[in-house]
Amino acid sequence: MCTTCGCGDEANTRVSTLQQPEGMLEHEHPHVHAEGHDHPHPHGHGPGHEHTVHHPETITLEQNLLAKNDLLAARNRGWLAGRGIRALNVMSSPGAGKTTLLVRTLAELGARLNAGVIEGDQETSLDADRIRAVGRPVIQINTGAGCHLDADMLRRGLDALDPQTGSTVFIENVGNLVCPALFDLGETAKVVVVSVTEGDDKPQKYPHMFRAADLVIVNKADLLPYVEFDVDECLRQIRQLNSHAHFLVLSATTGEGLAGWYDWLDNASTRSDTLTESLTDAH
Amino acid sequence: MHELSIMQGLVDAVLDRTGERPVAAVNLRVGSLSGVLPDAMRFCFDVVAAGTPLAGARLQIDEPEGVARCRSCAEEFVLADLILLCPCGSADVEVLSGRELMLMSVEVA
Ligand SMILES: Nc1nc2c(ncn2[C@@H]2O[C@H](COP(=O)(O)OP(=O)(O)O)[C@@H](O)[C@H]2O)c(=O)[nH]1
Ligand SMILES: [Mg+2]
Ligand SMILES: [Zn+2]
Ligand SMILES: [Zn+2]
Ligand SMILES: [Zn+2]
Ligand SMILES: [Zn+2]
Ligand SMILES: [Zn+2]
Repeated sequence: MCTTCGCGDEANTRVSTLQQPEGMLEHEHPHVHAEGHDHPHPHGHGPGHEHTVHHPETITLEQNLLAKNDLLAARNRGWLAGRGIRALNVMSSPGAGKTTLLVRTLAELGARLNAGVIEGDQETSLDADRIRAVGRPVIQINTGAGCHLDADMLRRGLDALDPQTGSTVFIENVGNLVCPALFDLGETAKVVVVSVTEGDDKPQKYPHMFRAADLVIVNKADLLPYVEFDVDECLRQIRQLNSHAHFLVLSATTGEGLAGWYDWLDNASTRSDTLTESLTDAH
Repeated sequence: MHELSIMQGLVDAVLDRTGERPVAAVNLRVGSLSGVLPDAMRFCFDVVAAGTPLAGARLQIDEPEGVARCRSCAEEFVLADLILLCPCGSADVEVLSGRELMLMSVEVA
Protein backbone atom coordinates (compact mmCIF):
# COMPACT_ATOMS: atom_id res chain seq x y z
CA MET A 1 0.00 0.00 0.00
CA CYS A 2 1.18 3.50 -0.81
CA THR A 3 2.05 5.09 2.51
CA THR A 4 1.56 8.59 1.15
CA CYS A 5 -2.05 8.25 0.18
CA GLY A 6 -3.12 4.83 1.31
CA CYS A 7 -3.87 3.61 -2.19
CA GLY A 8 -3.40 -0.12 -2.49
CA ASP A 9 -4.40 -1.30 -5.95
CA GLU A 10 -1.56 0.14 -7.92
CA ALA A 11 1.11 -1.11 -5.56
CA ASN A 12 -0.13 -4.66 -6.18
CA THR A 13 -0.31 -4.27 -9.93
CA ARG A 14 2.41 -5.99 -11.93
CA VAL A 15 3.14 -5.40 -15.58
CA SER A 16 5.22 -8.01 -17.34
CA THR A 17 6.29 -8.92 -20.85
CA LEU A 18 6.82 -12.61 -19.99
CA GLN A 19 10.29 -12.18 -21.53
CA GLN A 20 12.00 -10.38 -18.74
CA PRO A 21 11.77 -11.21 -15.09
CA GLU A 22 8.78 -9.72 -13.38
CA GLY A 23 9.47 -6.42 -11.75
CA MET A 24 11.70 -4.95 -14.44
CA LEU A 25 8.85 -2.77 -15.62
CA GLU A 26 7.84 -1.56 -12.17
CA HIS A 27 6.62 1.96 -12.55
CA GLU A 28 7.50 5.07 -10.66
CA HIS A 29 4.67 5.87 -8.33
CA PRO A 30 3.06 8.52 -10.52
CA HIS A 31 0.98 10.74 -8.35
CA VAL A 32 2.00 13.76 -6.37
CA HIS A 33 0.69 14.82 -3.02
CA ALA A 34 0.65 18.31 -1.61
CA GLU A 35 3.83 19.13 0.30
CA GLY A 36 2.17 20.77 3.23
CA HIS A 37 0.35 24.02 2.65
CA ASP A 38 0.46 27.62 3.64
CA HIS A 39 -1.06 28.82 6.83
CA PRO A 40 -4.05 30.72 5.49
CA HIS A 41 -4.52 33.31 8.24
CA PRO A 42 -1.37 34.91 9.65
CA HIS A 43 -3.00 36.57 12.62
CA GLY A 44 -1.06 37.61 15.70
CA HIS A 45 -0.51 35.58 18.86
CA GLY A 46 1.51 36.16 21.99
CA PRO A 47 5.30 35.64 21.95
CA GLY A 48 6.58 32.09 21.86
CA HIS A 49 3.29 30.77 20.54
CA GLU A 50 4.10 28.67 17.54
CA HIS A 51 1.05 26.99 16.22
CA THR A 52 -0.27 25.17 13.23
CA VAL A 53 -3.86 25.31 14.39
CA HIS A 54 -6.44 25.99 11.70
CA HIS A 55 -9.97 27.05 12.28
CA PRO A 56 -12.74 24.70 11.22
CA GLU A 57 -13.90 25.39 7.70
CA THR A 58 -15.64 23.75 4.78
CA ILE A 59 -13.55 23.36 1.64
CA THR A 60 -15.54 23.07 -1.58
CA LEU A 61 -14.15 20.51 -4.04
CA GLU A 62 -17.04 19.67 -6.43
CA GLN A 63 -15.13 17.19 -8.52
CA ASN A 64 -16.07 13.89 -10.08
CA LEU A 65 -14.84 10.94 -8.04
CA LEU A 66 -13.48 9.39 -11.21
CA ALA A 67 -11.84 12.64 -12.33
CA LYS A 68 -8.28 11.36 -12.03
CA ASN A 69 -8.99 8.21 -14.04
CA ASP A 70 -10.93 10.21 -16.61
CA LEU A 71 -8.00 12.59 -17.04
CA LEU A 72 -5.55 9.73 -17.55
CA ALA A 73 -8.01 8.09 -19.96
CA ALA A 74 -8.23 11.30 -21.99
CA ARG A 75 -4.42 11.32 -22.20
CA ASN A 76 -4.40 7.71 -23.40
CA ARG A 77 -7.06 8.55 -25.99
CA GLY A 78 -4.97 11.43 -27.31
CA TRP A 79 -1.80 9.33 -27.34
CA LEU A 80 -3.54 6.54 -29.28
CA ALA A 81 -5.21 8.91 -31.74
CA GLY A 82 -1.91 10.68 -32.39
CA ARG A 83 -0.39 7.38 -33.50
CA GLY A 84 -3.44 6.08 -35.33
CA ILE A 85 -3.55 3.13 -32.92
CA ARG A 86 -6.89 1.49 -32.27
CA ALA A 87 -7.40 0.05 -28.77
CA LEU A 88 -10.35 -2.26 -28.15
CA ASN A 89 -11.38 -2.91 -24.55
CA VAL A 90 -12.86 -6.42 -24.41
CA MET A 91 -14.99 -7.11 -21.33
CA SER A 92 -17.15 -9.99 -20.09
CA SER A 93 -17.88 -12.26 -17.14
CA PRO A 94 -15.16 -14.84 -16.49
CA GLY A 95 -15.36 -17.63 -19.05
CA ALA A 96 -17.47 -15.92 -21.74
CA GLY A 97 -14.73 -16.60 -24.28
CA LYS A 98 -12.64 -13.44 -24.55
CA THR A 99 -9.30 -15.21 -24.75
CA THR A 100 -10.63 -17.87 -27.12
CA LEU A 101 -11.98 -15.16 -29.44
CA LEU A 102 -8.73 -13.19 -29.29
CA VAL A 103 -6.54 -16.22 -29.94
CA ARG A 104 -8.60 -17.15 -33.01
CA THR A 105 -8.73 -13.56 -34.26
CA LEU A 106 -4.98 -13.16 -33.89
CA ALA A 107 -4.28 -16.43 -35.66
CA GLU A 108 -6.46 -15.39 -38.60
CA LEU A 109 -6.01 -11.61 -38.68
CA GLY A 110 -3.16 -10.80 -36.30
CA ALA A 111 -0.55 -10.04 -38.95
CA ARG A 112 -2.86 -7.91 -41.09
CA LEU A 113 -4.04 -5.86 -38.10
CA ASN A 114 -0.50 -5.72 -36.75
CA ALA A 115 -2.19 -6.63 -33.49
CA GLY A 116 -0.87 -6.76 -29.95
CA VAL A 117 -2.62 -7.64 -26.71
CA ILE A 118 -2.73 -6.31 -23.17
CA GLU A 119 -4.02 -9.03 -20.87
CA GLY A 120 -5.58 -8.08 -17.55
CA ASP A 121 -6.00 -10.79 -14.93
CA GLN A 122 -5.93 -10.75 -11.17
CA GLU A 123 -3.28 -13.48 -11.13
CA THR A 124 -1.33 -15.75 -13.52
CA SER A 125 -0.11 -15.24 -17.07
CA LEU A 126 -2.09 -18.19 -18.49
CA ASP A 127 -4.10 -16.09 -20.94
CA ALA A 128 -1.02 -14.15 -22.04
CA ASP A 129 0.73 -17.47 -22.66
CA ARG A 130 -2.16 -18.52 -24.92
CA ILE A 131 -1.78 -15.28 -26.90
CA ARG A 132 2.00 -15.56 -27.08
CA ALA A 133 1.63 -19.03 -28.53
CA VAL A 134 0.01 -17.47 -31.64
CA GLY A 135 3.08 -15.31 -32.08
CA ARG A 136 1.69 -11.86 -31.34
CA PRO A 137 3.18 -9.39 -28.83
CA VAL A 138 1.47 -9.51 -25.45
CA ILE A 139 1.80 -7.74 -22.11
CA GLN A 140 0.36 -9.20 -18.94
CA ILE A 141 -1.06 -6.92 -16.27
CA ASN A 142 -1.84 -8.63 -12.98
CA THR A 143 -4.14 -6.49 -10.90
CA GLY A 144 -3.79 -8.51 -7.69
CA ALA A 145 -6.83 -7.64 -5.60
CA GLY A 146 -8.02 -5.14 -8.23
CA CYS A 147 -11.08 -6.28 -10.17
CA HIS A 148 -10.70 -4.04 -13.24
CA LEU A 149 -8.11 -2.26 -15.36
CA ASP A 150 -7.88 1.50 -15.02
CA ALA A 151 -6.42 4.17 -17.27
CA ASP A 152 -3.09 4.24 -15.43
CA MET A 153 -2.68 0.48 -15.88
CA LEU A 154 -3.42 0.82 -19.60
CA ARG A 155 -0.83 3.58 -19.83
CA ARG A 156 1.75 1.27 -18.29
CA GLY A 157 0.64 -1.60 -20.50
CA LEU A 158 1.02 0.57 -23.60
CA ASP A 159 4.46 1.73 -22.48
CA ALA A 160 5.53 -1.89 -22.17
CA LEU A 161 3.84 -3.12 -25.37
CA ASP A 162 5.11 -0.17 -27.41
CA PRO A 163 2.60 -0.69 -30.25
CA GLN A 164 3.46 0.54 -33.73
CA THR A 165 1.72 3.40 -35.49
CA GLY A 166 -1.49 2.25 -37.15
CA SER A 167 -1.68 -1.01 -35.19
CA THR A 168 -4.54 -2.57 -33.24
CA VAL A 169 -4.31 -3.27 -29.51
CA PHE A 170 -6.77 -5.69 -27.93
CA ILE A 171 -7.21 -5.18 -24.20
CA GLU A 172 -8.65 -8.18 -22.35
CA ASN A 173 -10.10 -6.66 -19.20
CA VAL A 174 -10.47 -8.53 -15.92
CA GLY A 175 -13.50 -10.88 -16.09
CA ASN A 176 -16.20 -8.78 -14.43
CA LEU A 177 -19.29 -7.04 -15.80
CA VAL A 178 -19.53 -4.47 -13.02
CA CYS A 179 -16.60 -2.16 -12.45
CA PRO A 180 -14.84 -2.15 -15.83
CA ALA A 181 -17.92 -0.25 -17.07
CA LEU A 182 -17.06 2.70 -14.84
CA PHE A 183 -13.36 2.97 -15.60
CA ASP A 184 -12.71 4.62 -18.94
CA LEU A 185 -9.34 3.49 -20.28
CA GLY A 186 -9.20 5.89 -23.21
CA GLU A 187 -9.94 2.97 -25.54
CA THR A 188 -11.25 3.47 -29.08
CA ALA A 189 -14.21 1.15 -28.48
CA LYS A 190 -15.69 -1.08 -25.79
CA VAL A 191 -16.53 -4.65 -26.79
CA VAL A 192 -18.75 -6.66 -24.41
CA VAL A 193 -18.88 -10.44 -24.77
CA VAL A 194 -21.75 -12.47 -23.29
CA SER A 195 -22.02 -16.21 -23.83
CA VAL A 196 -25.27 -18.09 -24.34
CA THR A 197 -24.65 -20.27 -21.27
CA GLU A 198 -24.95 -17.19 -19.03
CA GLY A 199 -28.62 -16.52 -19.76
CA ASP A 200 -30.24 -13.83 -21.90
CA ASP A 201 -30.97 -11.51 -18.96
CA LYS A 202 -27.35 -10.30 -18.64
CA PRO A 203 -28.08 -6.81 -20.09
CA GLN A 204 -30.82 -6.26 -17.52
CA LYS A 205 -28.55 -7.41 -14.68
CA TYR A 206 -25.53 -5.37 -15.75
CA PRO A 207 -27.03 -2.26 -17.35
CA HIS A 208 -23.97 -0.03 -16.96
CA MET A 209 -21.80 -2.39 -18.95
CA PHE A 210 -24.29 -2.81 -21.79
CA ARG A 211 -24.99 0.90 -21.87
CA ALA A 212 -21.29 1.63 -22.34
CA ALA A 213 -20.76 -0.97 -25.09
CA ASP A 214 -19.97 -0.08 -28.69
CA LEU A 215 -20.26 -3.71 -29.74
CA VAL A 216 -21.99 -6.62 -27.98
CA ILE A 217 -20.92 -10.12 -29.01
CA VAL A 218 -23.07 -13.11 -28.11
CA ASN A 219 -20.55 -15.96 -28.05
CA LYS A 220 -20.88 -19.76 -27.93
CA ALA A 221 -23.64 -19.68 -30.56
CA ASP A 222 -22.80 -23.35 -31.22
CA LEU A 223 -24.45 -24.12 -27.87
CA LEU A 224 -27.74 -22.33 -28.67
CA PRO A 225 -29.57 -25.62 -29.38
CA TYR A 226 -28.74 -26.86 -25.88
CA VAL A 227 -29.50 -23.86 -23.67
CA GLU A 228 -32.36 -21.48 -23.15
CA PHE A 229 -31.09 -18.24 -24.61
CA ASP A 230 -33.39 -16.01 -26.62
CA VAL A 231 -31.17 -13.95 -28.91
CA ASP A 232 -33.97 -11.51 -29.81
CA GLU A 233 -34.83 -10.97 -26.16
CA CYS A 234 -31.17 -10.24 -25.40
CA LEU A 235 -31.02 -7.72 -28.25
CA ARG A 236 -34.28 -6.13 -27.08
CA GLN A 237 -32.82 -5.58 -23.60
CA ILE A 238 -29.65 -4.10 -25.05
CA ARG A 239 -31.67 -1.67 -27.20
CA GLN A 240 -33.51 -0.41 -24.10
CA LEU A 241 -30.17 0.59 -22.63
CA ASN A 242 -28.16 1.47 -25.68
CA SER A 243 -29.41 2.57 -29.08
CA HIS A 244 -26.06 2.65 -30.86
CA ALA A 245 -24.26 -0.61 -30.01
CA HIS A 246 -23.58 -3.12 -32.75
CA PHE A 247 -24.67 -6.68 -32.08
CA LEU A 248 -23.12 -9.92 -33.32
CA VAL A 249 -23.81 -13.60 -32.66
CA LEU A 250 -20.90 -15.98 -33.18
CA SER A 251 -18.95 -18.96 -31.98
CA ALA A 252 -15.28 -18.46 -31.25
CA THR A 253 -14.68 -22.19 -31.38
CA THR A 254 -16.60 -23.25 -34.52
CA GLY A 255 -15.99 -19.96 -36.34
CA GLU A 256 -19.67 -19.46 -37.14
CA GLY A 257 -20.45 -15.73 -37.41
CA LEU A 258 -16.80 -14.67 -37.22
CA ALA A 259 -17.06 -12.90 -40.59
CA GLY A 260 -19.27 -10.26 -38.94
CA TRP A 261 -16.63 -9.67 -36.26
CA TYR A 262 -13.88 -9.37 -38.83
CA ASP A 263 -16.02 -6.91 -40.83
CA TRP A 264 -16.56 -4.89 -37.68
CA LEU A 265 -12.82 -4.89 -37.03
CA ASP A 266 -12.17 -3.64 -40.54
CA ASN A 267 -14.63 -0.78 -40.10
CA ALA A 268 -14.35 0.02 -36.42
CA SER A 269 -11.81 2.80 -36.80
CA THR A 270 -14.81 4.99 -37.55
CA ARG A 271 -16.99 4.86 -34.45
CA SER A 272 -20.01 6.88 -35.53
CA ASP A 273 -22.07 4.17 -37.17
CA THR A 274 -25.78 4.48 -37.59
CA LEU A 275 -28.43 2.48 -35.81
CA THR A 276 -29.70 1.02 -39.08
CA GLU A 277 -26.28 -0.35 -39.85
CA SER A 278 -25.98 -1.92 -36.44
CA LEU A 279 -29.42 -3.51 -36.59
CA THR A 280 -28.62 -5.18 -39.88
CA ASP A 281 -25.61 -6.75 -38.20
CA ALA A 282 -27.85 -8.75 -35.89
CA HIS A 283 -27.78 -12.44 -36.73
CA MET B 1 -15.35 -4.05 -5.85
CA HIS B 2 -14.82 -0.74 -7.62
CA GLU B 3 -15.91 1.19 -4.54
CA LEU B 4 -12.51 0.45 -3.02
CA SER B 5 -10.55 2.10 -5.84
CA ILE B 6 -13.01 4.97 -5.94
CA MET B 7 -12.58 5.59 -2.22
CA GLN B 8 -8.80 5.38 -2.55
CA GLY B 9 -9.05 8.05 -5.22
CA LEU B 10 -11.22 10.10 -2.89
CA VAL B 11 -8.66 9.98 -0.08
CA ASP B 12 -5.98 11.03 -2.58
CA ALA B 13 -8.07 13.92 -3.89
CA VAL B 14 -8.90 15.17 -0.39
CA LEU B 15 -5.32 14.96 0.88
CA ASP B 16 -4.11 16.90 -2.13
CA ARG B 17 -6.20 19.80 -0.85
CA THR B 18 -6.08 19.44 2.92
CA GLY B 19 -2.62 17.99 3.56
CA GLU B 20 -2.13 17.21 7.24
CA ARG B 21 -5.28 18.86 8.52
CA PRO B 22 -7.64 16.49 10.30
CA VAL B 23 -10.81 16.01 8.28
CA ALA B 24 -14.06 15.92 10.25
CA ALA B 25 -16.49 15.23 7.43
CA VAL B 26 -16.59 14.37 3.72
CA ASN B 27 -19.66 15.27 1.66
CA LEU B 28 -20.46 13.22 -1.43
CA ARG B 29 -23.26 13.16 -3.96
CA VAL B 30 -23.86 9.68 -5.34
CA GLY B 31 -26.85 9.24 -7.64
CA SER B 32 -28.93 6.06 -7.66
CA LEU B 33 -27.94 5.46 -11.31
CA SER B 34 -24.20 6.00 -10.79
CA GLY B 35 -23.34 2.32 -10.55
CA VAL B 36 -21.73 2.86 -7.16
CA LEU B 37 -23.26 1.64 -3.90
CA PRO B 38 -23.22 4.08 -0.94
CA ASP B 39 -23.09 1.24 1.61
CA ALA B 40 -20.05 -0.26 -0.07
CA MET B 41 -18.48 3.22 -0.15
CA ARG B 42 -18.97 3.61 3.60
CA PHE B 43 -17.40 0.24 4.22
CA CYS B 44 -14.40 0.97 1.98
CA PHE B 45 -13.98 4.46 3.37
CA ASP B 46 -13.20 3.15 6.86
CA VAL B 47 -10.57 0.87 5.35
CA VAL B 48 -8.79 3.44 3.19
CA ALA B 49 -9.12 6.34 5.65
CA ALA B 50 -7.40 4.42 8.46
CA GLY B 51 -4.03 5.94 9.30
CA THR B 52 -4.69 9.14 7.31
CA PRO B 53 -6.01 12.54 8.46
CA LEU B 54 -9.40 11.33 7.21
CA ALA B 55 -9.61 8.55 9.81
CA GLY B 56 -12.85 8.79 11.74
CA ALA B 57 -14.33 11.45 9.45
CA ARG B 58 -18.10 11.42 8.92
CA LEU B 59 -19.02 10.33 5.41
CA GLN B 60 -22.20 12.14 4.38
CA ILE B 61 -23.70 10.86 1.15
CA ASP B 62 -26.48 12.69 -0.62
CA GLU B 63 -28.29 10.21 -2.90
CA PRO B 64 -30.31 11.94 -5.61
CA GLU B 65 -32.77 9.64 -7.38
CA GLY B 66 -32.91 9.20 -11.12
CA VAL B 67 -35.04 11.79 -12.89
CA ALA B 68 -35.50 12.13 -16.63
CA ARG B 69 -37.37 14.42 -19.02
CA CYS B 70 -39.04 13.07 -22.13
CA ARG B 71 -38.22 15.02 -25.29
CA SER B 72 -41.41 13.77 -26.94
CA CYS B 73 -44.06 14.63 -24.33
CA ALA B 74 -41.99 16.97 -22.09
CA GLU B 75 -43.02 14.97 -19.01
CA GLU B 76 -40.54 14.56 -16.12
CA PHE B 77 -40.49 11.16 -14.45
CA VAL B 78 -38.52 9.06 -11.97
CA LEU B 79 -35.99 6.64 -13.47
CA ALA B 80 -35.69 3.51 -11.36
CA ASP B 81 -32.96 2.05 -13.57
CA LEU B 82 -30.95 2.78 -16.69
CA ILE B 83 -33.78 1.78 -19.03
CA LEU B 84 -34.47 5.08 -20.71
CA LEU B 85 -38.16 4.80 -21.49
CA CYS B 86 -40.89 7.38 -20.84
CA PRO B 87 -44.31 6.10 -19.69
CA CYS B 88 -45.59 7.57 -23.01
CA GLY B 89 -43.49 5.00 -24.87
CA SER B 90 -40.78 7.32 -26.16
CA ALA B 91 -37.12 6.38 -25.68
CA ASP B 92 -35.99 9.92 -26.47
CA VAL B 93 -35.36 10.94 -22.87
CA GLU B 94 -32.76 13.08 -21.18
CA VAL B 95 -31.39 12.09 -17.75
CA LEU B 96 -31.60 15.10 -15.42
CA SER B 97 -30.20 13.53 -12.26
CA GLY B 98 -29.15 10.27 -10.69
CA ARG B 99 -25.80 9.76 -12.43
CA GLU B 100 -23.81 12.02 -10.07
CA LEU B 101 -20.59 10.66 -8.59
CA MET B 102 -19.18 13.75 -6.93
CA LEU B 103 -16.90 14.77 -4.11
CA MET B 104 -18.68 17.95 -3.03
CA SER B 105 -16.78 19.29 -0.01
CA VAL B 106 -14.83 18.44 3.12
CA GLU B 107 -15.00 19.90 6.61
CA VAL B 108 -11.60 20.32 8.20
CA ALA B 109 -10.96 20.88 11.89
N1 LIG C 1 -18.76 -24.24 -26.98
C1 LIG C 1 -18.03 -23.12 -26.95
N2 LIG C 1 -17.11 -22.94 -25.97
C2 LIG C 1 -16.37 -21.80 -25.99
C3 LIG C 1 -16.53 -20.81 -26.99
N3 LIG C 1 -15.68 -19.78 -26.72
C4 LIG C 1 -15.01 -20.15 -25.62
N4 LIG C 1 -15.43 -21.35 -25.16
C5 LIG C 1 -14.93 -22.08 -23.97
O1 LIG C 1 -15.25 -21.32 -22.81
C6 LIG C 1 -14.22 -21.48 -21.82
C7 LIG C 1 -13.73 -20.12 -21.36
O2 LIG C 1 -13.12 -19.46 -22.46
P1 LIG C 1 -12.05 -18.28 -22.28
O3 LIG C 1 -11.70 -17.83 -23.65
O4 LIG C 1 -10.94 -18.70 -21.41
O5 LIG C 1 -12.94 -17.19 -21.51
P2 LIG C 1 -12.51 -15.77 -20.88
O6 LIG C 1 -12.46 -15.97 -19.39
O7 LIG C 1 -13.60 -14.81 -21.26
O8 LIG C 1 -11.18 -15.38 -21.45
C8 LIG C 1 -13.14 -22.32 -22.46
O9 LIG C 1 -13.32 -23.65 -22.03
C9 LIG C 1 -13.42 -22.19 -23.95
O10 LIG C 1 -13.01 -23.31 -24.69
C10 LIG C 1 -17.51 -21.04 -28.02
O11 LIG C 1 -17.73 -20.25 -28.93
N5 LIG C 1 -18.22 -22.23 -27.94
MG1 LIG D 1 -9.40 -14.82 -20.48
ZN1 LIG E 1 -0.37 6.57 -3.82
ZN1 LIG F 1 -4.06 30.73 13.57
ZN1 LIG G 1 -13.09 -3.31 -10.01
ZN1 LIG H 1 -16.39 -3.21 -8.63
ZN1 LIG I 1 -42.95 10.87 -22.94
